Amino acid sequence: MNNFTNFTKGFIKENPVFVLLLGMCPTLGTTTSAINGLGMGLATAFVLMMSNIVISAVKNLIPDKVRIPGFIVIIASFVTIVDLLMAGYLPALHAQLGLFIPLIVVNCIVLGRAESFASKNGVFPSAIDGLGMGLGFTFALVILGSVREMLGSGAIFGFKFIGDNDGMLVFILAPGAFIALGYIIAIINKLKKA
Amino acid sequence: MEYFVIIIGAIFVNNIVLAQFLGVCPFLGVSNKISTSLGMSGAVVFVIAIATVVTYLINTFVLKPFEIEYLRTISYILVIAALVQMVEIILKKVSPSLYQALGVFLPLITTNCAVLGVTLIVIQKDMNLMQSTVFAVATSVGFGLALVIFAGIREHLDLMTPPKGMKGVPLALVTAGILAMAFMGFTGMV
Repeated sequence: MNNFTNFTKGFIKENPVFVLLLGMCPTLGTTTSAINGLGMGLATAFVLMMSNIVISAVKNLIPDKVRIPGFIVIIASFVTIVDLLMAGYLPALHAQLGLFIPLIVVNCIVLGRAESFASKNGVFPSAIDGLGMGLGFTFALVILGSVREMLGSGAIFGFKFIGDNDGMLVFILAPGAFIALGYIIAIINKLKKA
Repeated sequence: MEYFVIIIGAIFVNNIVLAQFLGVCPFLGVSNKISTSLGMSGAVVFVIAIATVVTYLINTFVLKPFEIEYLRTISYILVIAALVQMVEIILKKVSPSLYQALGVFLPLITTNCAVLGVTLIVIQKDMNLMQSTVFAVATSVGFGLALVIFAGIREHLDLMTPPKGMKGVPLALVTAGILAMAFMGFTGMV
């Protein structure tokens, strides 16, 4: 039960994007379509889970004073792995996400989980926590990506349901990202209070 | 002329926050008051300019000759983290008044994706050292501009009474969206 709540908290109650408001840059920058959001979310989830596992395993070996640089090196190693793997196997998605893949290093969610969870807990709970948070992040990105894709180009996961030029282009462009995310958070706030 | 295009492009057309979504965390986090946002902008200009020069030199003289470009992310983030710490220590000794003004913002900057973002964009666009430095300063000025304008708007928003669900971050995000729309008006200038 404990592991289960540990896993599910990332989806709604402590959702990194909608509730904790962490990792805003990739959230806004990569969600022009649901597929991009999914790709970015899964890449981050992988880094989050792997770095959580390694950090919880070596936490007693790292002196307390240099722990943050130590964590960053571990995270950066996994980001480099993801970057190279994506460039090799998913070149199209890699080109779409571009700069935001190396920028997973400075995503506050990853370092935040390392500092607040993995450095205090064992390997297995940390892995569960990383996976749950990562999938929660993915979930948020897919929702925002779907909303923007539906409003902006009248499609979902690439399947079109309205004519070619009938979408509201602004939702694909920069302003739409801010506005869509603002309203989604407002709806969640409203539901939480009700 | 070439530098003029870089400057206008980086500040207005491709504004780092409102068009490229880098550095959104501090943009939402420290934009409650104009005075704090000015302090943050100053610290960001300072760190981005130094970080870009240092990482550019590392890329040209260490990573490229030894063909270890895949270590770029790791080396850059370490350099930036160390640099921020060093700037903090030096400022504390050399100019306590500047340290007082920028001090609290410096540790936050390590996790500001704008810093790592700019150092990577410079490599992607294949700029030389002079162009990189100009681009870095202009980009961080663009960050500061967006931050200060946004802080000014938010100071006024605090006096409004929006629907309960919209209060705080949602309203700030929608405002940022409208601001981004205004900045889209610069598209096509360069």
